[in-house]
Amino acid sequence: MNFDFTEEQTMIKDSVSRFVRDEYDFDTRRKIVESDEGISREFWSMFAELGWLSVPFAEEYGGFGGTVDDIAAVMEELGKGIVVEPYASTVVVFGGLLAASDNAALKAEVIPGIIDGRCMGSLASTEAQSRYEMSDVATTATATDGGFNINGEKTVVANGGTADKFIVTARHSGEQFDRAGISLFLIEASAPGVEVKSYKMMDGQSAATVTFKDVMVPAGQLLNTAGEGMDLIDQVMPQILMGLSAEALGIMATLNTATVEYSKVRQQFDTPISSFQVLQHRMVDTFMACEQTKSMLYRGLCQAGEDDSAALLKTVHALKATVARYGKLIGEEAIQIHGGIGMTDELNIGHYVKRLMMINVSFGDGDYHQKKFNQLSYSA
Amino acid sequence: MDIKFSAEDLAFRDEVRDFFTQEYDSSITAKFSSAAGTDYKEGIVAWQKKLHAKGWVAPGWPKEYGGTDWSATQKFIFETERGLAGIPDVVPFGLKMVAPVIYTFGNEEQKARFLPRILESDDWWCQGYSEPGAGSDLAALNTTADYAGDNYIVNGRKIWTTFAQYADWIFCLVRTSKGMRKQQGISFLLIDMNTPGITVKPIVTIDGKHSLNEVLFEDVAVPTENLIGEQDKGWTYAKALLAHERTGMAEVADSTRMLDSLKQRASVEVNGGKAMIDDPIFQMRLSDIEMELMALEYTELRVFASMAAGGMPGPESSLLKIKGTEISQAIHELQLQLASFYGGALPENLNADELGHDFAFEARGKYMYGRAATIYGGSNEVQRNVIAKAVLGL
Repeated sequence: MNFDFTEEQTMIKDSVSRFVRDEYDFDTRRKIVESDEGISREFWSMFAELGWLSVPFAEEYGGFGGTVDDIAAVMEELGKGIVVEPYASTVVVFGGLLAASDNAALKAEVIPGIIDGRCMGSLASTEAQSRYEMSDVATTATATDGGFNINGEKTVVANGGTADKFIVTARHSGEQFDRAGISLFLIEASAPGVEVKSYKMMDGQSAATVTFKDVMVPAGQLLNTAGEGMDLIDQVMPQILMGLSAEALGIMATLNTATVEYSKVRQQFDTPISSFQVLQHRMVDTFMACEQTKSMLYRGLCQAGEDDSAALLKTVHALKATVARYGKLIGEEAIQIHGGIGMTDELNIGHYVKRLMMINVSFGDGDYHQKKFNQLSYSA
Repeated sequence: MDIKFSAEDLAFRDEVRDFFTQEYDSSITAKFSSAAGTDYKEGIVAWQKKLHAKGWVAPGWPKEYGGTDWSATQKFIFETERGLAGIPDVVPFGLKMVAPVIYTFGNEEQKARFLPRILESDDWWCQGYSEPGAGSDLAALNTTADYAGDNYIVNGRKIWTTFAQYADWIFCLVRTSKGMRKQQGISFLLIDMNTPGITVKPIVTIDGKHSLNEVLFEDVAVPTENLIGEQDKGWTYAKALLAHERTGMAEVADSTRMLDSLKQRASVEVNGGKAMIDDPIFQMRLSDIEMELMALEYTELRVFASMAAGGMPGPESSLLKIKGTEISQAIHELQLQLASFYGGALPENLNADELGHDFAFEARGKYMYGRAATIYGGSNEVQRNVIAKAVLGL
């Protein structure tokens, strides 16, 4: 039994941690967020040089050959700096789906570009009506000679504005809510008929509405067998949920530390507010919330290594529900205990909280995942 | 990151499982939860003697005094298998509470006199700490022991004394000197319950049962050879014991078994012809608990892994008692909710078959007595004070 990261994992974790500490202070981040693109290309190149962008990819494509443990290690540290560069959307989600794809030609073409930082990507799956149901897909893929014709609109596509390529869910057969009949296509942002409208999100990241109008896609751009796209998404989803949860864990730990430290210096009634028992107990509760979240993440990481997919699925649903519940608790307590200053845009606290809020609603909120957990656990 | 056990550890787990399956008489459990509960002593002593015959009654003790010499992993496996099998823990007062104090701070005569009888379960011990005016603030205790030549003369009242009605011995914190800081001047005294001047008065708890007592001391003469360590240093010894007590309180395996049985029960209990386990709101209440328990299982494993690696338990260990007791109470609550008004019926003139919900009596009793879990062993509020100070530096 062992809950330590390996030497290699510790090295990459330390490298991200040093970057956040030395290069990514809150002012730097603010300037990046306020810039036109909302990300730093310079830092992205640095991530490539440091090897972070290669983590989930096989060595044959020039990757690091990492596991979900490695992804979690990186994501936790990125969370501590609420780094806005699109690591989750490009490497964990877009990259994760590609890595799991069986289209070798497509992988050989696209993955090296992700690793060296030339290509950013995003999963374009959510639609105006879909909310958390990945299989609610109204975007259509009509078979044509040698390929498909894609029509539809995807909304709130993470980092859609900077993405060079999209993985798009489109319905190839069946009804709007059917699991079967959905295909995954790799589509260039620059392809004729693709229109991208980008906007800022509350967590400092950006998203986009991406419209596909008679976009012609060759069959070679399919990630896996036509109509079986949901299988690939299901396969990668535990890794996505654990990656985002690891980021949330980094944020939760940072918020707790900041709040405890602040309570020790903030004087009221001629004494530090940390001396008040009611606040002490609330900070103990947020400490326990963070430890329990960490335990749930580690449970998932251990099970991912054991190939017990049924147990893992239950755990990742429970993990995302736990992140939602305890993320909300920790965020709200951080603002409350900071008091007035916690309400200001100038202080970093609110920005950490807003990223937690966006993680909560990414790929299913707490109630959504708890309901899934219930179906797996209690239905006959 | 993995939770794999070695082949030796897995073989050990099988050995433990086999032993429990073959040797544990589950009718003992029924005796514990029976309405009257008076068979408790007979049942648990019989089980402890079996454990002792196997050499497994005191895994926490050093080998030289009768411990098992198990690794941290083996201790963890043993404890987990016990919980999953639904076997009650040994009575802690002798084996887990006073014995560590005796072998750590006692003299050779005391070790030779008391430890073998504790191992054999021949002496039943109880704990004389709390007093009417000293609960969470334990050091406020007022029971006095005045030095008088060969004896201490003890006067005072101890309260919430679990199973004092069965006890042969009581270990007490008593005040031997006054006029110091309240943590000073306390001594650790072993007192024979048959000494003249001791009266045990039952306290019936809100589950309708009698496990707690008040113990009164009126001019009780206790030989000075029954003093542990030095006079006035008892607080130090007691504190060492409390830390010992806290590490084993997550009871994840016990809660896992209780939750499984609750789920089982919820698939039988119906409302409007539909099983309660299919009710979406009931499912949410179940998973609120189950998810927390899944996390706690790994928190416990993390604590255990750091101890197995030879380290001290990290900050995560402090929350085991708080979360463990909150979860077990939450299970009791949901079980009683499931028992509904059937759970209000008392067993005096009714048997469970007539009632038609055979878990209902137990659900009520467990819920009512279970409220104690967040009060004893250092209330959960005191535990939060400990974390605030020791972990968060507040």
